[in-house]
Amino acid sequence: MAATSTRDLGTGLFVLLGFAALAFLLTQTTDLDEYRGDSGYRVVARFQDIAGLKVRAPVTMAGVNIGRVEKIEFDGDRLDALVTLRIENRYDRIPDDSDAAVLTAGLLGSKYIGIGPGGSDTYLADSSEIQLTQSAIVLEKLVSKFLFSQAENTGGGQADP
Amino acid sequence: MDNLIEIKNLHFKRADRPIFAGLDLDIPRGKVTAIMGPSGTGKTTLLRMITGQLRAGQGSVRIADGDGMTDIGTLDRDAIYRLRRRMGMLFQNSALLTDLDVFENVAFPLREITDLPDRLIRPIVLMKLEAVGLRGAAGLMPSELSGGMGRRVAMARALVMDPELLLYDEPFSGLDPISLGVILRLIRETNDVLGLTSIVVSHDVEEIARLADYCYVIAEGRAIAHGPPAELARSESDLVRQFMAGAADGPVPFHYPAGDFARDLAGD
Amino acid sequence: MVQPGSIVGGLLGFLGKLGASVYFLGEILRQSGIGIARPRLVVEQIHNAGVLSLVIIMTSGLFVGMVLGLQGVDALSRLRQEDILGASVALVLLKELGPVVTALLFAGRAGTALASEIGLMRATDQLSAMEVMAIDPVRRIVAPRFLGGAISLPLLTGVFNVVGILGAWFIGVYVLGVDNGAFWSQMQEYVDPEDIWEGIFKSAAFGVAASLIAVFEGYNAVPTAEGVGLATTRTVVTTSIVILMLDYVITAALL
Ligand SMILES: Nc1ncnc2c1ncn2[C@@H]1O[C@H](COP(=O)(O)OP(=O)(O)OP(=O)(O)O)[C@@H](O)[C@H]1O
Ligand SMILES: [Mg+2]
Repeated sequence: MAATSTRDLGTGLFVLLGFAALAFLLTQTTDLDEYRGDSGYRVVARFQDIAGLKVRAPVTMAGVNIGRVEKIEFDGDRLDALVTLRIENRYDRIPDDSDAAVLTAGLLGSKYIGIGPGGSDTYLADSSEIQLTQSAIVLEKLVSKFLFSQAENTGGGQADP
Repeated sequence: MDNLIEIKNLHFKRADRPIFAGLDLDIPRGKVTAIMGPSGTGKTTLLRMITGQLRAGQGSVRIADGDGMTDIGTLDRDAIYRLRRRMGMLFQNSALLTDLDVFENVAFPLREITDLPDRLIRPIVLMKLEAVGLRGAAGLMPSELSGGMGRRVAMARALVMDPELLLYDEPFSGLDPISLGVILRLIRETNDVLGLTSIVVSHDVEEIARLADYCYVIAEGRAIAHGPPAELARSESDLVRQFMAGAADGPVPFHYPAGDFARDLAGD
Repeated sequence: MVQPGSIVGGLLGFLGKLGASVYFLGEILRQSGIGIARPRLVVEQIHNAGVLSLVIIMTSGLFVGMVLGLQGVDALSRLRQEDILGASVALVLLKELGPVVTALLFAGRAGTALASEIGLMRATDQLSAMEVMAIDPVRRIVAPRFLGGAISLPLLTGVFNVVGILGAWFIGVYVLGVDNGAFWSQMQEYVDPEDIWEGIFKSAAFGVAASLIAVFEGYNAVPTAEGVGLATTRTVVTTSIVILMLDYVITAALL
């Protein structure tokens, strides 16, 4: 009988351990609060080019994380990218003439959205649109532009001794 | 005659090889009936048909049920399970549950099928173990038993639900003379004292002659002879004489059916 | 000699076995009320399948995690991205390695034990004896073992994942100097609850598959010593292949 109860105890502990492991995974490896679907309000912004921006990329202001990219769609009529941002509720006093830019963390790092403050007295609210946007700086375009202007410069120099 | 089981014109095949081809056989109530026959004739198969584990291809296996006879082949799963509660069976190799000790093996059907509390199960189990002379072995595991002891434990287990029909598959094989005597006595006594019907499958002619009330010899898919053992011993039939005398070859061939030997050797 | 017919025959054999095991699963599920009527039987099997596998699962999880720590730091340092070590290890373990490796270890430890136990009961007529005693072996023997296995595997997978993450954390943070705060915060940043649910869903599916294959092979073993050995080998081989195939199918369906 003693053997049986030790076994029961062991099995009970095992089941407990298994659920504790799941609890650990759900609380320690992921941020449930931040993820919880509906908290925060949504604003949209249109960009000519979002380059490698991904859903769930951070939205920052003054370098501080204030929300996330929730949805990225291509607008077939206006031929631009329509990006939905979810911003945490406590940041409810962002001037509605603020601008949004697709930025890059480091030289080759992942893309995120940075919001630069405007000066208006009215604030962004749910489903308002950020009018002022700046698209991603695409390195290839930058490089080709640079090379092109270099070639023009040197070409001009040779033609005029 | 009052029969517990009646088998009529039974046909059964295994992988296209006929095992039974028109077997007729009756088991009289309250008697010890022996079923004899050479190895591989389908004796174990026949027991499995009586317990409803295999179904007849043709013909019927009927068992007395209330006033009439029920064809086992037509029963659904639940009815077969109900029917089996009236039966106990001793397997060729006692088939004890290896992870339970002797006591729990015997108690197993009671615990599984009835709601009896421990304080009732205990005396029943000890009584059955006492009947087979193994009450002292209640705490042993099956691996600690000899073949003969294991068979007696299996017998106690088969008896524990008070069945009306007991089936024994080769209860004598591999036993020393003393254990053999014990088993013979047990089969006879339980049959007579508890008023059971017993079917004993064996090919041990001598033991059957001492034990059985009635005897069937099956070969080639049919019952080739039946009667009280003493009568069979005087039989005129070559087949029966071969079997009763234990001759290697005769009408019952020593060989399993095969093609031409020379051609087989040549590799065709 | 490989004949064209043998491929067709093999395929038909496989399909036949698949059908038979699905049918068997139906029968097991029909009889699994025993788990409620007599929970002790299932508890016993959770002990056999789960508790007895715990040591091998934790040891393997620890070393898999530590290796991921070493390799992760080596690879990520080339991109100057050591900070996302926690996130990478957690995603790899939660979504793929955890469920798959645990299921493969489970097949080797618990699956073989199940198959040989039931196969031996078949070979020694214990299952037939139960049938004759009017006790359904699928209900009394197979269903509790199936349930015990299917319940144990997701729990074991959770333990494997936690131990693995801690192993990577130990190597990354204490041995190789990755920042402790970055390890956890980047993990929380990038791991979604969906990733965890995906892993749990996979391990639940693997638990059903691995347990079903083990009890199926054991129950249908050829009743000889050789047959039981063959059933055990088949359990490991079939489970491994099925787990990897199933993993692909589930991943493709979920992504
Ligand atoms: N599962 C099976 N599949 C195919 N054939 C089988 C199977 N089981 C038994 N057989 C065949 O059925 C025949 C009868 O077998 P059975 O076990 O009933 O013989 P038996 O009379 O009990 O023999 P023994 O005296 O040796 O126990 C044998 O020839 C055997 O080859
Ligand atoms: Mg036999």
